[in-house]
Formats: sequence, C-alpha cells, structure tokens
Amino acid sequence: MRRVELEWIVGRYNYLIFIALALIGFYAMIAKKNLIKKIIGMNIFQTAIFLFYISMADIEGRKAPILVPGVEEYVNPLPHVLILTAIVVCVSTTAVALSLIVKIYQKFGSIEEDEIMEMMK
Amino acid sequence: MKMDIISIKPILAVLVSLMAAILIVVFRDYRNIREFWTISASIIKFTIISSMLPCILTGNTLYYELFSVLPNISVAFRVDALGILFGILASFLWILTSIYSIGYMRSLDEHSQTRYYAFFALALSSATGIAFSANLLTLFIFYETLTLSTYPLVVHKETPKARSAGRRYLIYTLSGSVILLFAIILSYSIAGTLDFVNGGFLSKSTSITNLQILFAMFIIGFGVKSAFMPLHSWLPSAMIAPTPVSALLHAVAVVKAGIFGVIRVIYFVFGSELLLDMGLGMALAYFVSFTIIVASLFALVQDNLKRRLAYSTISQLSYIALGVALSNPNGLMGGVLHFVYHAFMKITLFFCAGAIYVVTHKENISELNGIGRKMPITMSMFFIAVLGMCGFPPTCGFISKWYLLLGSAEANQLLLIIVLIVSTLLNIAYFFPIVLRAFFKKPAKQNGIEEAPPLMLIPIIITALISVLLGIWPDAPYSFFHIVRLMEGYI
Amino acid sequence: MNIIQNLPILVVIVPLIASFCMPIIGLFRRRYCFYLTLITNFLILIFAMLLLNYVINQGEIHYYLGNWEPPYGIEYVIDHLSAFMIILISFIAFIMTIYSKEDVENELPTNAPLFYTLFMLLTASLLGIVSTGDLFNLYVFLEIASLSAYTLVAVGKKKDALIGSFNYLIMGTLGACFILIGIGFLYLVTGSLNMADIALRLPSLYSSHVVHAAAIFFVVGLSIKIALFPLHVWLPDAHAHAPSTISVFLSGLVLKVGAYAMIRVLFDIFTVEFFVNTLPIAEVLSWMAAIAIIAGSINAIAQKDIKRMLAYSSVSQMGYIALGIGLANTPGIMGSLLHILNHAFMKGCLFSAAGAIIHKYKIRNVHQFKGLGKKMPYTMAAFSIAAISMVGAPPFGAFFSKLFLALGAIESGKWIFALIILISSLLNAAYFFSILERAYFTKLHDEEIEEAPISMVLPTFILAMGCIAFGVFMFILEPFLRDIATSLL
Repeated sequence: MRRVELEWIVGRYNYLIFIALALIGFYAMIAKKNLIKKIIGMNIFQTAIFLFYISMADIEGRKAPILVPGVEEYVNPLPHVLILTAIVVCVSTTAVALSLIVKIYQKFGSIEEDEIMEMMK
Repeated sequence: MKMDIISIKPILAVLVSLMAAILIVVFRDYRNIREFWTISASIIKFTIISSMLPCILTGNTLYYELFSVLPNISVAFRVDALGILFGILASFLWILTSIYSIGYMRSLDEHSQTRYYAFFALALSSATGIAFSANLLTLFIFYETLTLSTYPLVVHKETPKARSAGRRYLIYTLSGSVILLFAIILSYSIAGTLDFVNGGFLSKSTSITNLQILFAMFIIGFGVKSAFMPLHSWLPSAMIAPTPVSALLHAVAVVKAGIFGVIRVIYFVFGSELLLDMGLGMALAYFVSFTIIVASLFALVQDNLKRRLAYSTISQLSYIALGVALSNPNGLMGGVLHFVYHAFMKITLFFCAGAIYVVTHKENISELNGIGRKMPITMSMFFIAVLGMCGFPPTCGFISKWYLLLGSAEANQLLLIIVLIVSTLLNIAYFFPIVLRAFFKKPAKQNGIEEAPPLMLIPIIITALISVLLGIWPDAPYSFFHIVRLMEGYI
Repeated sequence: MNIIQNLPILVVIVPLIASFCMPIIGLFRRRYCFYLTLITNFLILIFAMLLLNYVINQGEIHYYLGNWEPPYGIEYVIDHLSAFMIILISFIAFIMTIYSKEDVENELPTNAPLFYTLFMLLTASLLGIVSTGDLFNLYVFLEIASLSAYTLVAVGKKKDALIGSFNYLIMGTLGACFILIGIGFLYLVTGSLNMADIALRLPSLYSSHVVHAAAIFFVVGLSIKIALFPLHVWLPDAHAHAPSTISVFLSGLVLKVGAYAMIRVLFDIFTVEFFVNTLPIAEVLSWMAAIAIIAGSINAIAQKDIKRMLAYSSVSQMGYIALGIGLANTPGIMGSLLHILNHAFMKGCLFSAAGAIIHKYKIRNVHQFKGLGKKMPYTMAAFSIAAISMVGAPPFGAFFSKLFLALGAIESGKWIFALIILISSLLNAAYFFSILERAYFTKLHDEEIEEAPISMVLPTFILAMGCIAFGVFMFILEPFLRDIATSLL
C-alpha cells in the first residue's frame, strides 16, 4: 500500500482536473434532458481531454512551442498539433449537433428529450 | 480389392435435378415442356446412379472431393453400398412419382405447379446429396437443404392449417439440425475428422459418458426426420401436403434420409464395436420399440387415411432402426431391406390414397365404404401393399420382417421378438379394416367404375408389382439384395 | 508501378476530392452529382482490386505521408486485412451508389448534391480508417466517418430520424472521446503514435496501469462504435429511421469498420497475450458478445417495423463478430472476418430489399407483407436468399462463418458459446421465416407484378448473389482468411 503523499496529489493536479472535468461533462451528456445541455456537456468532456493532452506535453522550464528567435527549448509540440486537429473535430461535431437541435426544435417544438420521446410514440 | 475410384458421377447425379429445377422455373409458362424437364431429369438421374451400380457391386467405392473447408474437413462425395441403395431407391421412385404428380396436379388443377415441381427437384437433389456424402459435413449441408426445399412443398396449399403445419415442420427439423450440428462440431473436436469410415472414426479418445451423450445427440438430431417418438409430431400434420409429396418425401426421401443418417452414425461414425462397448445398441433398440408399438396404437384411432398411413410410417421407420441397432448380420439385413421394401409398399399406399382423393375427394376412412367397387384396380393394389406391410408372403415385406425376427432371436432378445409380433398384429388391425370396408361394405350410392386417371394408375400398379416381385425373387441380378449383402462388412 | 505504391493514399484522396467538388457541381446541375459519385466509386473499386492483387502477390504496401519516415510521419499500411476491408467498402459503396439514384430522389428531392457530398466523405473516411497505420489518424478518420454518418441519418424526410441521429451523435462522440483518451494514455507511455511502433514498445510496459487503462478505454470506446450490448441503444433508432441507402452503409460498413479498428487495436497493438492473459478483456468481450447475440435476436422477434427488426438483427450479428474477436484463436478470427464479409452483404441485401418495398408500397409493418412474394418476385427472392443465409443454412455464406466461430469456441474449450451460436440460428429463423411465410404463402387479392425500379432491384440482387457466392466459393476465401488470422495472432 503506497503512502499517499501530498506531493503525489498536488504534483499531478492536471490529471485530477482532467478527471473532474471529464466526469462533469460525461454526467451532463448522459443525465441531462435538455439537448443543449447535453452538447455543453460534450464540449466540457472534450475540453477536459484537450487539457489532458496539453498538460502531458508540458516540460518544466521550457517555452511554448512557437518558433521565436533566441529561444532554444520548447515543450513537446506534438500533442499541441494533435489537439488542434481534435479541436476542429470537436467544433464540427458541435456544429452538427446544434444544427440537429435547430431542426428538432422546428419539427418537434421542444428540446427536452423526454418530451420528444413522448411525441415519437 | 477394394478401391476408391475417382468419379464425378455422384456430383452429376446431384446436379441433374438442380439443373432441372432451374429449367422448370424458366419454362414455367409452358406446361408440357416443364413436365418434360422433370421426367427427363428423373430418368437421367436414375441412369447415372444405376451406372455406378456394377462398380459398387464388385466392392469398390466411388469418391470425389469437391473442396476443403478446414484441415481434414472437405465437402466430398463417396458412393458405397449403403449410399447407392438410397440413391437408386430415391431416383427410381422419383420417376414414378413424377408421372403420378403430373396426373395428380392436372386432375386437381392445382395452383403454383411450377413452385411444386421446382422444389420437388431440389428436394431430390438434396436427397441424392445425402446418399452420396462422404462425411458428416457434406451430409449436414444436404440435410439442411432437404429441410428448406421440402418446406414450400408442405405449405403448398397456403391455407392457415398448411402454414401452421409448415411452421411445426420447420421448428422440429431446425431444432433437430441445431443439435445435430452441435454433435458434428463436438465430433470434429474429439476426432479431428468427419469422414465416414467403416467401423467408425470415433475411438475411445474421450470418456464413455461423453461418447454416450454424443450418441444421444446424434440420435436426437437425426431422430426428428426419422420420426422417433416423441419427435414425430411434425409428420402427421405434414400430411396436409399434396399426396405425391407425402408419398415420395414423407414416406421415402425425407424420413429415410433421417434413418440413413442414423445408420451412418451407428456404423460409420461410432462403429458397431464401439456401440457394443457403450451398451447403446440395445438401448437404441428398446427406445425405438416404444415408437413401434405406440405409433401403431395411434394409427388405430385415425380416421383420416393419410394420417393413419403417417403413423404407420412412424412405426415402420423404427423397425429399420431396430434392425440396424441390433448390430448383427441378420438384423442389419432386415433393417436395410426394410428401408427399401417399406418404401415401395408405403408409396403404393399413399399413391392409392391420392387416387381416391382425386376421384372422390374423400380423405377419411369412414367415407370409403364400397370404394373397392368403384376403383377396383386401385384398391387391389392397395390390398397387395397392405399384405406387404403386414408381412405376408409372397410380398417383400415378409422377407424383411423375417430377417428382423432372425436378428432379434440371434441377439437373444425375446422382448424384441414380442414387440415385432405385437406390432404385426396391430398392423393387421389397422390396415385390414380399410380393405374390408372398401370391398365388403355397401357404398352410399352405386355409381359404377370410375378409376383414377392412367398417369396415376400406372405408377400404382408398378410399385405394387415390384413389391411382390421383390418378395418372390429377392436375389434377382442387380437387385437390392445383392447390395445389402455387401454391407455385411459393416459389422 | 508508381501508381500502385501511391494507391494507399489515392484511395482516400480521390473520394475526398470528389466530395469537395460535389457542392460546386451541384450548383450547375444536380444530376451530375450522381454521375460523379458513380465514376469516383467505380475508380475506387478498380484501385481496390489493384491493391488486393498486389497485396496477395507481393505483400504489404507502406506509404509515408509527405515522405516523412515513421515514427515521425504518418504511415499508411495496406496489409491483407486492410486490402480485404478496402475491397469490401469500395464494392458496397459502388453497388449502393446505383441503388441511391431512386432512393435519393425519393427521400431528398432538393438536396441531392449535399447527400452525395456527405456520401463521398463517408466513403473516403471509411477507406482512411482501414488504410492508416497511425493511431491519431485513425481517430480523425473515425470522427469524420461518424460525423458524416450522423448527418446522413438525419437528412431524410422522417422526423424521427432527427432524434435518432442526435442520440447517435451523443453516444458516438462519447465513444470517440474514450478512444482519444486511450490514444493519449498510450502516447504518454510510449511516446509514439505509429501503430507498429507502439506495438514494439508496449510489451515491456504491460504491467503499467496506464496501459491497462488505455486498453479499457479503447475497448469501451470501440464497443460503442460497434454497438456491442449494452452500448447498442443508439443503433435501432439510427438504422431504422435513416434513408435506406444509409441504413445499408451503417449496418454493413460503419459497424464493420469499427470492428476492424477493434481487431487492429487489440491484435496488432496490444498483442493477444495482453488482452487474454494480462487483462481479461477477451473474456468480457466474449460474454458481452454472447449476450448481444441472444438479446439482439429476441428484440428483433418483438419488432413490427421491418427496418427496426433488421437493426436489432444487426446488434445480434455484431455479437458474432465480437465473439470471434474475444475467442482470439484462428477459427474464431476467421469466423469474425468471414462474418464481416457475409453480414455486410446479407444485411445490405435485406436493407436494400426493405428499402425497395418501402419505396414502392410504403409498407413498413411486417404484418403487411402478405403476398409480396408474387408482387415483387425479384426483390423478395433476394430477400429470401439473404434471410436464409442469415439463419445459417448451408450452402450459403453465413453457415460457414458460424461454423468457424463454433469451432473456435470449442477449440478454446468454451462450448457454451458454440451452443449459443447454434441456438441463435433458431431465433433468427423465427423472425425471418415468419416474414417469408407471410410473403410467399399468404394470399392477397391482387397479385400482378409491380416491381421496384431496376436501379433498386439490381443492387439488391447482386448483394444476394454475393451471399450465395461466399458460401459456395469458400475454398477460395479460406486460405486467404487463414493467412490473415495467423498473421494477427
């Protein structure tokens, strides 16, 4: 049984934040009835993942990965690149989701999931 | 010297009726050409199969591998004595049934005749495939296609009752297939092969209990089509099919395919020695004795003629199983001879039932008073077949029953002898009243003679006469007797 | 020979470019979109055949994007499994393009260009998923495919499709996010994103909790994508309410590509040793698959709407594929791969036939199928062939895939799975044969033949022929599949 040191928790605070945000987002996606709130939850979840990647890229003492004359050491740029792509994906998904919600509102007149389920029966 | 000769004749025999089915559908609007395909396919099939007979009679087998599916499992064909017996029986009777069908269908002006002929041809393809399978996988493939191709024939009338009979048929046969497939897969995992080998390929590689359970699964799997009780109820309800279907398929092809599978399992998968070691031979014999007696009792109370014949079939199939399970030469002889002889006799009976329906539209025995005067030829042939079923000389039925009794005596099974005798008495009890009623009771109105149309009458006469011929001269050259002799090596 | 070496990327780029051009062409003439799609898909089919030929004769193709060497650059790898999937995807895409002509005119009369844009995008991304050798690239293409799928489900006329699409979106994104987390974990411990590279570095790290967590995230995320019980709840609505062309694509391809991804991740990256011995993933997967098989079939029996019934049937059939993955032995994987092929064709044929019936007669309720056998003989003939194949009757294709799966189950000592596979055939027979019985053996009043348009019937028929062909010509397929299976293990 490892001794849980304070250092161990505080030193890894990025992971803890990631987990907390992810769980909040996950909960919102699943449990909320309002469709917009689900999308917000989705965004929170995905943002948590982005934070996770970026935080794992950080190397202590180095600078942000943008080429600037005079700076020799950069943090790992690969996750930053990956997250750029992932952000694009996230935005597209949100766009599709929002347009779906607009259409749903037009056709069903409501954006509460349980009301829509009632109407579908 | 016994050799495996490579020949594509088995595949040709299977493919003939497949081609016929396609041609039948193509020519669906031209009745006579369509019927021509059926008749010619049946004759060609019979010719191909008979041409293999001389080779088999000298003790060789014909073999052809189509393709391999897994290591040691392939789809392959082998023609041996047992296979060619079934093949000749099915193809010869198909010729007669086709002629009969044409007469039946045209007299009743039935609907969906193309579908009927096409699926009939497919069913015969499947039966030939079963006869000539070299291993359990090939057998299973054709067994399934037999089920699927006979289903539309059962549901032919398209009435709610027919559909319900078809549903019952499918439920029973598909459930049996599931158990059968499971047994096949287990056999493969035990033995690593599925090829039929004289003497069995399952050695004692697992425990006796496992082998006994495996055997039980095989019997249940094949037992549905063999109509062992309690797996039999699909057969009486399937009598709703047109009579030629009942005659060829449910007296000859489908049910005999089931028993064929049982024989293959006993002698070519397990082997008679292994069976004796497991003590299962006698167990099987007693299991089917129940069917023999009880099915005959059920037959006594049936008023619908075809249902009575159906229960009689159920009973007679178990005769075959009894003979085969005895595992001695006489028993095997009796069982396999009965396989053939019962087919001829039962098909005669069904043909007569169909003729009666076509002429009078009557299905129940109670309505058949004095029908012997109206249809003398038909009912005389019926009488000959009845004599055969009850085992009277000089019909062939006497010979097979004789061997069965000899076999039971040789195995010292007094109880089985009693079962055979009791069931013979029951046979007389449910067959003779029909004949008596036909000839000696006065009909409601006297109308003079009105026989069945010739296309139906001629096959009836042929099958009845063959039943007698086989009884008087069983060891005619090339007859079934010689083929069965070859099987003595199975024990 | 340069074209062959460039094929891995061509096969993705060509439909992508076509998809970008589509809206522009759509501004000129709407009709041209269909022809562009047809030509592009035909081109891809040619590419796929060239690839298959090359891979069988000469081995894998590696293509480095931008000539950056791995593990720094993105690598595209076409091996036997990829080539197999590519030809499957391209063939079905081509066939369904022919089918889509009538269907699209029916479902979205004014928006055809946009449909075809998304359609080509979906095809491009599916091909990208199976061609890529880079893990993050896999995620990106997976998301592109999913997005196109979400939208395509929603474009039809049915308003139920909207909420079905939304639920699909939520659950699909969840799955993709889990996969992304898994990729992140793997990158954290190995420092690489290239599949082959990670596979090299991973074995020394098997005891690490991070790797365990990554594996679990992958499996859960991919299970959502392949609709493994109990993560299948999005599937019935999405597949049932989508336009028919899209139902075929979803059931036939999108699910399968998810299964492909699972095979790649589990067998190539985490080797068999890991997910059988170190973590009991294989156990859990096989049991969930077994439950999926039974639950899917039972649900299907209870359905009245034909497309919903077929959707639940898809849940059941994906269970077979997952079972093969979970068994992790040669017959098991062969069975999975064969079932991927067979089910794509069978379910494709069934959904196409259902689409044709709905298109012509607006009938969706199974109880109204009476007498269809006479009214639409060709469509129902194709439907029957596919249905009998689904039941697992020889000599059709699915019999062999079930046979291999059962053999795999027995080989690993778990005969209960073999029993479940066989019993589920009976359940399948229950709902398919009742349809066939109603269609063929129940009389209806008027029985003149009124078939669906030929552009819908022909693809259905071709797919049905495929079902037969893969059964009868097993002996050609078997060594090929055996090679793939042994190379994975």
